[in-house]
Amino acid sequence: MTARSSSKFIKRFRSSPLDESTATGLVGETSEGTQEMKTRNETNRVELEREEGQLTVLPEGIVLDHGDMDIEISEDETMIINMGPQHPSTHGVLRLMMELKGETVLRTKPVIGYLHTGMEKTAEGLTYVQGSTNVTRMDYLAPLHNELVFSLATEKLLGVEIPPRATWIRMLMVELNRISSHLMWMATNGMDVGSTSMMIYGFRERELVLSFFEKVTGLRMNHNFIRPGGVAADLPDGWYDDVSAIIDTIPGRLDEYGEMLTGQPIFRERTEGVGILTQEQAISLSASGPVLRSTGVAWDLRKDIPYLAYDEVEFDVIIGSIGDTFDRFAVRLSEISESLRIVRQILEKMPSGPYRVQDKKITPPPRKRIDESMEALIHHFKLFTEGIHVPEGEAYVAVESPRGELGCYLVSDGSAKPYRMHIRAPSFVNLQSLPAMLKGGLLADAVATISSVDPIMGEVDR
Amino acid sequence: MLEAVIRDAQGVFFPTMDQYVDLMESLWSSDYKFCSDLCGVDYLEMPSRKLPEGVKAERFEIVVNVTSFETRSRLRVRLQVQESNPHLPTLYGLYPGTEAMEREVYDLLGMVFDGHPDLSRILLPEEWEGHPLRKDYSVGRIPVQFKASTAIR
Repeated sequence: MTARSSSKFIKRFRSSPLDESTATGLVGETSEGTQEMKTRNETNRVELEREEGQLTVLPEGIVLDHGDMDIEISEDETMIINMGPQHPSTHGVLRLMMELKGETVLRTKPVIGYLHTGMEKTAEGLTYVQGSTNVTRMDYLAPLHNELVFSLATEKLLGVEIPPRATWIRMLMVELNRISSHLMWMATNGMDVGSTSMMIYGFRERELVLSFFEKVTGLRMNHNFIRPGGVAADLPDGWYDDVSAIIDTIPGRLDEYGEMLTGQPIFRERTEGVGILTQEQAISLSASGPVLRSTGVAWDLRKDIPYLAYDEVEFDVIIGSIGDTFDRFAVRLSEISESLRIVRQILEKMPSGPYRVQDKKITPPPRKRIDESMEALIHHFKLFTEGIHVPEGEAYVAVESPRGELGCYLVSDGSAKPYRMHIRAPSFVNLQSLPAMLKGGLLADAVATISSVDPIMGEVDR
Repeated sequence: MLEAVIRDAQGVFFPTMDQYVDLMESLWSSDYKFCSDLCGVDYLEMPSRKLPEGVKAERFEIVVNVTSFETRSRLRVRLQVQESNPHLPTLYGLYPGTEAMEREVYDLLGMVFDGHPDLSRILLPEEWEGHPLRKDYSVGRIPVQFKASTAIR
């Protein structure tokens, strides 16, 4: 690829003319400003630095001066290209605008919103009973984590404590979900860097987990299984053998995949030293999950701010060393093993008892009771027409989803519908570290790097 | 530094607009280096919410959750923002990770972050009118037009 000259070419990518105030960075209340990447002389210095992935602040307390870095490159030598939103390796409708010099990436700007469906607004119109059907559609590869965080936030406002069996069923399900999500990621990442067999293998193993989910929840995704007050149903007969089969099958195959990919020179060439993110960058860009841990920060909410019963199981937090694409791969690969370790302990420790809270205002009565008891019928009717009345208040709860810190900020006004529900989506925040990762790399490496961040566009756009 | 109000085992700060940046800076220098979340709430339909003494309730609120890796704790900052003047300083210089979150709040709630490097809509199209997460933004306001057919039968 050769560098295209003159700004005539670049102008084609600009949809609307820029007014003076946007160019200098003073966006007024009425001028919306463009979402797309602009040429260098139309971009203000702070934004340029951000698109180059430069840090303005270091955790040691040093605030860098604007103008420290050399960002003067003649317009004639660079070109701005679009990657996506229909590009096959952007994992959905992610659109990246990149400024290239030859094949080297100078600036990157993610342009998102192509899958925005207003789920936070939708949540304000749904009751707490219906709410988990909404959030489960955000991160479609880890739906159970979304349901979990929503339920935990609701329960925090309600002030109820769920029975131990419900807690452990939840843990079992979300850990299996983490396995399936990471396997899916390994599959797509394998395909992005040219290992098509990994694609097939990853999907095969994920299928094991999804069949179990289908048996438990009735659906392969968008389960609506974890609900405020517990889980929708008890585990089916034979769940112990099913889960045992999964955790006996996957480890051996994981070793094969580890060998297949890490022992393969092409895979290592394409991932090692590519898309490096430093520890300082990761922390200040609020990156979380495997992206943060690959840089060497041992931060895992399951360990550090435990929820459910994660303080009663043993597992290790996997960290990387230099934060390149290979580290992010290795962290996820080892996290599958750790999740299997947790699942094995859950199998042994699964308590018996009720699987949802025994509170008539929160949990619907069993079907049989409705035939016998007028009171049960009334409770059932009230619950499904009105919903759960949640006391006034606000709560922020975060869980460790396969992609990072998945938070839910819930505001209740005392009615049966959330006044405001905000989801802190890890993919959405992690995307901000792409400019820093891609800077100075080759365009071909961008594909491997985007994949290693594991963005789920359903969650990014919500 | 401001005193935190403890609500369900978590410290919550209610700074005024003038105290906001200083408070965030002092939190940042006392190990709260990780900004977990920044979001906005429109309290139009809920004016009588529980606030500590001396805090004047405004229509909008910005909620920032910061995390300390050292003490493994989280703190929340709730800033009241006036309806008539929905401007507040950006945290981009301190927590570069808030860049996209602030754009989202601008996009969906229409709050203006002064000093933000690129305050443009992030989720909605550029030409979108209004801010959907505001409570007075009516859902389904796109008019459905029924026109009589002009064809001759």
